[in-house]
Amino acid sequence: MSPSRTTARDLERYAGLFARRTQEMKSSAMRDLMAITARPEVISLAGGLPDTTCFPSEDMAALMSRVAADASARALQYGPTEGMDELKDCIVQVMAEEGMDVGADELLITTGGQQVIDLVCKTLIDPGDVIVAEGPTYPGAVPTFGAYQADVVQIEMDADGMRVDLLEETLDRLEADGRTPKFVYTVPTFQNPAGVTMSLERRHELVRIAKQRELFVLEDNPYGLLRYEGEPLPPLYALDGGEFVIYLGTFSKILSPGLRLGWTAAPRPVLEKLNLGKQGVDLCSSTFSQFFVVEYFKRRDWRRLLGSFRDVYRQRRDVLLDALTEHFPGDAEWTRPGGGLFIWATLPSYIDTTDLLARALREHVAFVPGRAAYLDGRGGSSMRLNFSGVSEDDLREGVRRIGKVVNEQVRLYSTLTGTEPAAPRRAPGAENPPGAGHAGDSDDPGARIVPLRRRAGGER
Amino acid sequence: MSRVAVLEGGQSLERQVSLRSGARVRDALERLGHDVVAIDVGPDLVERLTDARADVAFVALHGRDGEDGTVQEILELVGIPYTASGPSACMRCMDKVLAKHALRDAGLPTPDFYAFSQTAFESLGAAHALPAIEERLDFPIVIKPASQGSALGIRFAPSAAEVPAAIIAAFSYDTKVLLERHVAGRELAVSVVDGPDGPEALPVVEAIPRGGDHYDFEARYEIGRTDFVCPAELDAETTQAAQSLALEAYRVLGCYGFARIDLMLDAASGELTVLEANAIPGLTETSLLPQAAEAGGLSFDAFVERVLDLALQRMAA
Repeated sequence: MSPSRTTARDLERYAGLFARRTQEMKSSAMRDLMAITARPEVISLAGGLPDTTCFPSEDMAALMSRVAADASARALQYGPTEGMDELKDCIVQVMAEEGMDVGADELLITTGGQQVIDLVCKTLIDPGDVIVAEGPTYPGAVPTFGAYQADVVQIEMDADGMRVDLLEETLDRLEADGRTPKFVYTVPTFQNPAGVTMSLERRHELVRIAKQRELFVLEDNPYGLLRYEGEPLPPLYALDGGEFVIYLGTFSKILSPGLRLGWTAAPRPVLEKLNLGKQGVDLCSSTFSQFFVVEYFKRRDWRRLLGSFRDVYRQRRDVLLDALTEHFPGDAEWTRPGGGLFIWATLPSYIDTTDLLARALREHVAFVPGRAAYLDGRGGSSMRLNFSGVSEDDLREGVRRIGKVVNEQVRLYSTLTGTEPAAPRRAPGAENPPGAGHAGDSDDPGARIVPLRRRAGGER
Repeated sequence: MSRVAVLEGGQSLERQVSLRSGARVRDALERLGHDVVAIDVGPDLVERLTDARADVAFVALHGRDGEDGTVQEILELVGIPYTASGPSACMRCMDKVLAKHALRDAGLPTPDFYAFSQTAFESLGAAHALPAIEERLDFPIVIKPASQGSALGIRFAPSAAEVPAAIIAAFSYDTKVLLERHVAGRELAVSVVDGPDGPEALPVVEAIPRGGDHYDFEARYEIGRTDFVCPAELDAETTQAAQSLALEAYRVLGCYGFARIDLMLDAASGELTVLEANAIPGLTETSLLPQAAEAGGLSFDAFVERVLDLALQRMAA
């Protein structure tokens, strides 16, 4: 009998032993829907996968043999919890690329960036503590916050990222209620899922607020180096000097997610606690993977691989933007990211994207319904679309299919209400070709691409 | 001992629940000493059924294809005896509109309703009839896709303004939608299992949403947001009335083997009405039919064995 099967009696017996926090780990209709997006015939824009075919397989073969030949016994052994020193030197290089100055002793190597989110919660969050996040926020962080029984407060965003003015209001309001958040979770650059980037002014503001209120900021920066246009902005960590900003980095998007290697840079007292937390979880991250990355940095040019990721993704982003212009209805809106992996599209408010996903799956296409990025039921008319892990042909065809079902619902709504559907979007013209501007180009009168709109008060 | 093919999974939106039902049924069959082969239903179904050389198929599928008569037609064609209802009863149960018409024609109480296909709105101007419907049904109106098994796509429209979006949501799941009068009251589920003396009703289960939010259908999908009480705390007379109404609905719809009938007990009038019937209700650890069976002294293994015997009997008959 397979161990995955349980009897009714087993379930009752186990249920009494479950921790209270498991009640936060919900089974939901959306999860069941998402489970069937993985079918091979489905074009899935729901993923967040890098295109690992960019990594030359002969490089992988050569490097793996070298690790095996030079360091077999060590690569198969446990390593230090904080990670290998040689790998920390590579991370120092990667962070320097974005203008961050970090010492090797300020780093903790983790099992993917996701582990940093978990360890930071483990270190800072007691049940009922407040975490402030963006709205929408990274859907993958939601179950982690839930598992630590955090109370998550989400701050609206616009084209310039988190509305820092609203953050201050919220912090004041929380303070008046006698509650002080432990940290602000943000993906400031090419945000997942919204695709927007926090402006320089807001970055300075956020760092100032954190210092003034002695509040941590967890800066999740997987995509900063995946910039397809425009000038880079300094990470919060660079602006703050590592005082109240805990930085999260990862090799997932610049090398490969299969390596499961990420890192955090944090003030030393925090780093010590994170290290203790990590010891309890997995002792150390894969030594083999660490050797592989060190070897990679020694023998290959990581910036070149990054360049090929950028070229492929930039092209795919443009294909996705063109397809949206061609197939989505006139009153749909979407963000136009200058980098990263995602576009956030918002449909007319009468369309529910969770229901729409069920319809779209019949056309063999999938996306992430917006509600997955909120803890408070918002996001019902939005969707996250990924372009990094989908071929150009599939992007065109996928968006055509989503557009078909969306337009069907738009027509039906106009029939039901006796109103005219919004005028169709004009065809992509030469006058304002997608791909010509840069992120947050909201003053371009020709751009129909409207960033994250403010939702009506009633929906909050 | 028989060789039993357990049909599970499939491509419906209820795939995950079906996999859990199937796993539990397989456990029971193995304990009963049967030779079990699991079939995750897909394009190779006919081939795999033939290869399995099964004596009987246990259909543990929910939703589209598995519960709507499609798989049952294939089983008839291949000539393998199978559990639960035949194609026509499955079709009637899966399509809430057909089921409600059948119940109403037979004189059984079901909340007032109107049903429309997408074509009716697109080509026949049904939208113009909405105000009249809204007047007749009173708000809030419940809007459902005709065929979705779980809570997906079910909405309450508290006023006319919410009706169009709710209809669009329902059309995401089916080409036919149902607008139904909302009954405020207690939600009851009565499972029926065939036996030597004909169908018998199991103890009544009541679903009580936590926080009392009867409008939140999603809550029913999330473990821990709805409490189930079995047997339901009802007086003997109401219990008996619920059970006999469920039995009548079971007969009218032509069910066989087992089924679950969902009822509403109107808080104001005390009247019982039939909401819908499930030809293959969930069989997981937390599903209602197995809970009711245990409360009625029928263990899950005994239930599985009985259902299997019934499948073989039907073929012999």
